[in-house]
Amino acid sequence: MADSTLTLESEIRLRLAGRAGFEHGPGPHDLTVRLAHATDVPAAVAELGAAGLTLAMLVATDEEATAERDLKVRYIFEPGVGTTLPRPDTFVTLVAALDPAHPQLPSIAANVPAANWHEREAQDLFGIVFTDHPEPNSLVLHDGWPRGLYPLRKRFDARQRPVVEPAEEFPHLRVEGEGVLEVPVGPIHAGIIEPGHFRFSTVGERILHLDPRLFYTHRGLEKRVEGLTAGDAFYVVERICGVCSVAHGLGFCEATEQIAGVEVPSRARAIRTLALELERLYNHVGDLGNIAAGASYHYGTSAGARMKEALQQLNERLTGNRFLRGLVTPGGVRLDLTSELVQSIEGVLAATAEGLENLMNRIENAPSVLDRLDTTGILARQDAINLGVTGVAARASGVDRDARRDHPHAAYADAAGPRVAVVTETDGDVHARLTLRVAEARESLRLIRALLSGLPSGALCAAVPGVLPPWGIGLRAIESPRGAAVHWLRADGAGRIDRYHLRSASYANWPAVPLAAQTAIIPDFPLVNKSFELCYSCTDR
Amino acid sequence: MLLAMLRSLRTGVVTIRYPAQSTQPPVRFRGEPQITTGKAFTALPPASVCPAGAISGGSGEPRYAIDLARCVFCGRCAEHALDGAIAMGREFELARRQRVGLVVEVECDAAGLTTARPSAPEGEQVAERIRRILGHSLQLRHLDSGSCNACDWELTALLNPVYDVRRLGIDVVASPRHADGVLVTGPVTRNLETAVRRTYEAVPEPRVVIAVGACAASGGIVGRSYASAGGVGEVLPVDVLIPGCPPRPEAIIFGLLLAVGRLRERRSRAP
Ligand code: SF4
Repeated sequence: MADSTLTLESEIRLRLAGRAGFEHGPGPHDLTVRLAHATDVPAAVAELGAAGLTLAMLVATDEEATAERDLKVRYIFEPGVGTTLPRPDTFVTLVAALDPAHPQLPSIAANVPAANWHEREAQDLFGIVFTDHPEPNSLVLHDGWPRGLYPLRKRFDARQRPVVEPAEEFPHLRVEGEGVLEVPVGPIHAGIIEPGHFRFSTVGERILHLDPRLFYTHRGLEKRVEGLTAGDAFYVVERICGVCSVAHGLGFCEATEQIAGVEVPSRARAIRTLALELERLYNHVGDLGNIAAGASYHYGTSAGARMKEALQQLNERLTGNRFLRGLVTPGGVRLDLTSELVQSIEGVLAATAEGLENLMNRIENAPSVLDRLDTTGILARQDAINLGVTGVAARASGVDRDARRDHPHAAYADAAGPRVAVVTETDGDVHARLTLRVAEARESLRLIRALLSGLPSGALCAAVPGVLPPWGIGLRAIESPRGAAVHWLRADGAGRIDRYHLRSASYANWPAVPLAAQTAIIPDFPLVNKSFELCYSCTDR
Repeated sequence: MLLAMLRSLRTGVVTIRYPAQSTQPPVRFRGEPQITTGKAFTALPPASVCPAGAISGGSGEPRYAIDLARCVFCGRCAEHALDGAIAMGREFELARRQRVGLVVEVECDAAGLTTARPSAPEGEQVAERIRRILGHSLQLRHLDSGSCNACDWELTALLNPVYDVRRLGIDVVASPRHADGVLVTGPVTRNLETAVRRTYEAVPEPRVVIAVGACAASGGIVGRSYASAGGVGEVLPVDVLIPGCPPRPEAIIFGLLLAVGRLRERRSRAP
């Protein structure tokens, strides 16, 4: 265990002495802190914040049927951006136990904005009341969902289908004043886009305020996997999001492997990493085209789409699926690399590298395009930190975090594995997010080449037991194309899935979009939105 | 500007000629899971092997069926079958007019071997009828009813320079009022059910509903639950189902042409 982890741990023990019990876990470098009284949550959260930790997510569980007969809320923390690099790779879990008859907790959302959605989600799905929440409206369950029915409680039968009531006006902030106009958009949009509802308050073209309503694509997938074996649940998790299939599938696999204590062979870890970077590459390259579309630069739209298409065709040659589905599996990978495929990868990489530089060159020399990108949709660094923003959106605003370095996974965890050079920008506007993606695409190209030149030989997959050790917990973070995705998994008494929770990068980043929109005009909103490129399906699950 | 034109000329034509020319997906592509006839019936894996619930029968029952509308093309059944009793084929032109047309079924014969059941006839004639109704172009409105976005991205790919469906008279339009029908992706979530109905109702008649991908066609891996209706068919009348998780762009083109009944016509004109 690194010295910095030990120092952090002793500081936490000191700060919370007398108020909590401590144990290691779920990971070997992680710490679990059990609070004696749930009412102590705000004070304990403040202490953890003072120790340099930031909130990654909340996980609620229904443990009424277990010996503990309670509901639990786990606040998962990680070292914040203020921590000196290299940051200790550790998660700190603060556990609060609640009375299942009156599950109630003081809200921390006023002081920790990143907790806002998490608390509302636990309120909708578990019926936990967060007192003094600044915005206690429902989040996940929409129109006419019956009161007192909480789908993630164990006693709720997932096959139950309450009637769909007609849509109601959702509570949103009303901006009043002379000339203020409210523009509702969505949930169904005029293009091939995922569904979300946006309520703009505008004066002329300027956006004063934006209230988004999401969770239209809530498919109940976390409930869907409960009771399944990890092997079956994997196929569901791999399909939470199309364009993060590798990242999410891998996070679930690593959580499973952590619970089962399985060591994944080094060749499999290298191939998984290759897939992660190919996924990042086709996403980033595609986003370049999408941002060009948002800026009405049609040459760029076509060039980006064509490069992305070549990469997706490569995906299909490698894995039989254009979204790289079917490669990662619990224990390792299902498919090997042949020398023919390696050649195929190298060819596509060379063409992508050339196309990327050409396109960037043209964009940087097109004043009419730059005019749209510069100073549009600015996300301030401090806002990004307060909201716990991650990935491209964070790094483009000068927030230096990347789970490949901060929570090493796949081959990044190997002593001999590749090391990612984390890139940041400072302006936090659309242009910064575009430039950053290009820099990261170049880094992905370098990493893939490095992986190919040093592929370890050996097995592709280790055996994973059909049933997991009872009540084992896995907690893993993966740097997806959109940023860190955090997976929490627990087995039940029979070794099947008791609870799985995913905090995707998009979930963490969505609340930043309305802030960035405040420096934009309505016609630029699609551009701002595309520069964040957040996904609805892995937010809504 | 001039440079851009020169560059375009150097790139040449990147657009494929499907469906006029057939295409062969790569070797690893997982298309239709095919049940090999004449193998021991007991070599088929138990239905529980399928994570999407696409397999029924077996274990005592003398029939065994794979519902391609549910299938997510993971390849697990083929991996668990003995003696190659199921093989992942490369067939991707799987779109059909009816759900029954998507069920691959075998029986156990007296010798304990798998034998084919006469498959349900598929209605090219029905597609003909749609063509007569709609004429030669097809303007569609995309309707995301809760997809994972993979199907959506494949619809976007149809408009890229490689697939360019506009060359076939097919386009995706901004308003349902300008559309001949809807292209639905996703299993219809509870939170979108009202929006799905309303968008459909905004399309002038006659209109077609095309279910793109496993979720839209049957609920797919999502299934039916408190949050999901379990497929577009539960909410709207469906005209064409396109299996796949997601269907590759050419598979969607096949489905779209089936929808306009133009497939045969295009093929007979092929050089
Ligand atoms: S390939 Fe299709 S039928 Fe076979 S196991 Fe996978 S989802 Fe089920």
